[in-house]
Amino acid sequence: MSTTPAQAGWRFKAPSVIPGFGLTLGFSLAYLTLIILIPLAGLLWRSASLGWADFWAIATDERTVKALEVSFGTAIVAALVNVVFGTIVAWILVRYRFPGRRIVDAMVDLPFALPTAVAGIALTTLYAPNGWIGQLLMPLGIKVAYTPLGIVIALIFIGLPFVVRTVQPIIEEIDKEVEEAAATLGANRWQTISRVLLPGLAPAIVTGFALAFARGVGEYGSVIFIAGNLPYVSEIAPLLIVIRLEEYDYAAATAIASIMLGLSFAMLLVINLIQSWSRKRYG
Amino acid sequence: MEVRVSNVRKEFATFPALHDVSLDIKSGELIALLGPSGSGKTTLLRLIAGLEEPTRGQIYFGDQDASHRSIQERNVGFVFQHYALFRHMTVADNIGFGLKVRPGATRPSKADIRRRATELLNLVQLPGLENRYPAQLSGGQRQRVALARAMAIEPKVLLLDEPFGALDAQVRRELRRWLREIHEATGHTTVFVTHDQEEALELADRVVVMSQGRIEQVGTADDVYDHPTSPFVYGFIGDSSTLPVKVENGQVWVSDRPIGLPITSGEPDGPATLYFRPHEVDLLDDCGGCIAGTVVASRRVAGTRRVELEIGGGRERVEIELPIEHAATQKSRIAFRPRRWKVFPTA
Ligand SMILES: Nc1ncnc2c1ncn2[C@@H]1O[C@H](COP(=O)(O)OP(=O)(O)O)[C@@H](O)[C@H]1O
Ligand SMILES: [Mg+2]
Repeated sequence: MSTTPAQAGWRFKAPSVIPGFGLTLGFSLAYLTLIILIPLAGLLWRSASLGWADFWAIATDERTVKALEVSFGTAIVAALVNVVFGTIVAWILVRYRFPGRRIVDAMVDLPFALPTAVAGIALTTLYAPNGWIGQLLMPLGIKVAYTPLGIVIALIFIGLPFVVRTVQPIIEEIDKEVEEAAATLGANRWQTISRVLLPGLAPAIVTGFALAFARGVGEYGSVIFIAGNLPYVSEIAPLLIVIRLEEYDYAAATAIASIMLGLSFAMLLVINLIQSWSRKRYG
Repeated sequence: MEVRVSNVRKEFATFPALHDVSLDIKSGELIALLGPSGSGKTTLLRLIAGLEEPTRGQIYFGDQDASHRSIQERNVGFVFQHYALFRHMTVADNIGFGLKVRPGATRPSKADIRRRATELLNLVQLPGLENRYPAQLSGGQRQRVALARAMAIEPKVLLLDEPFGALDAQVRRELRRWLREIHEATGHTTVFVTHDQEEALELADRVVVMSQGRIEQVGTADDVYDHPTSPFVYGFIGDSSTLPVKVENGQVWVSDRPIGLPITSGEPDGPATLYFRPHEVDLLDDCGGCIAGTVVASRRVAGTRRVELEIGGGRERVEIELPIEHAATQKSRIAFRPRRWKVFPTA
């Protein structure tokens, strides 16, 4: 943009006059190294011991590829669904007063708190061909349990609070006057939502998407019950890793883990870039 | 466009924010709603815009009843106290918004919208800021963009809620003159809300003084300053001093003595309150029919001296303004008579 002063290359953001920048930066780096970087480096180290040819063989093995497809595909679909419905839920919780609102509000956090296995078993019971919901869907020819669709449902359940809780505070910040301004300028409800409100929420929605997606990719406990775990069909990558571990094939396990790590990192990086771009624009 | 507010009442839950308010706004007029915080100014403005529905009464645009027309249909330009700009849009997109959301048939082309935005930016004296985002503007600039955005839709009425309320004194004064110029250039019927009397008196063709959900007086700056019709207006606009008095035999009395103010406009006998401006007094040497008191406090205020006098046995205190040369030493006795004054019966 021509009006903003040209950035003088890349540099540290000027520390504020309040002291503590050096100390806190040092601490953060040390902490992140200890908690995140060293374990991840260990992972990469292990898989590096494999040698390139073997690594490539595992990476392109059809079962690995399928498992990765299932994991990332279902996580993306579930995160997209959550973005839509999570935003609606957050909107309703902020904007409307209705009996039981506080209960609904508290319920949103349940997937955070519930042991994932419990969630998985509950969902499986509901969606199994003889379960409450499953038997309704069966005649329609829709199979949920033991298919990727089941995985998506489990991930929607797990990921919902991430979207709601990131979008909610931003909706709370929206000044009602902004909506009123749009109305006085002649915008109807739909135009106000699509042109004024949603663009303002976009950064938060992207964050919610990233969190829900990341959680979905890594999710294990709730998925393995409902997924049925058929290789090539509904087997998720984390499960494949566990299977390899149980076979004492540590090299293969770490190789798959490294691929997941790389893909996740790439996606989160892209999402972060999108966000910093939009932040720069909207200030 | 003429706007007529007719016997409008507005209740929030059961709290009445406006009682039976009527007001005629002439086409092309610049009118100020002036009153203390909570007097219902914003509520009245929002009712005209259609952002609130009246509990009772009608609002006419021209001779059409607009009371139940939607906000979108009313075509009013509303400038919010805190600007309410769309922060993810550039200045040009903010200004063009009202044109962009028009239905296809009446929507100008992209290029025309852009041109109109540039024109309006020039009008509000912010040329060249088309591509800025609101976050990159100062408060005064945002306020101007908000006004340009409201004017872009060629509104029938322009409504401004405390347009300069959030700005510092210097900028306020500048924008005041600027708003007057814009109004003269465009001729929009304009209603603005303020709690700053100086702003209202200086800027508006007519001032509507409000208090506690009622209109106290409507008039030009001279009307409301020189001929207040209620104790509230006397006290709210300009400085005023008050003294409890009695009306009897066509005279105003302070503790059993007439003070030389004959009743001319038929105020009823009985207890009353005398209102006058501290600077509109004549000092007298001898006191045959005047107000006299002893100086209990004296302050230098800019070019004048303000003294507080204790009057008579009731120990009532009034403030008057004296020339600087006047010594006004403590305990000295001063006699005066208000040049311009009014008595209102004590309720
Ligand atoms: N949405 C609302 N709900 C309840 N009370 C309100 C609402 N808006 C205004 N009021 C009340 O109505 C009165 C007038 O408010 P307002 O018109 O905002 O006054 P002003 O703009 O003169 O300061 C105030 O007592 C205020 O508390
Ligand atoms: Mg107000």
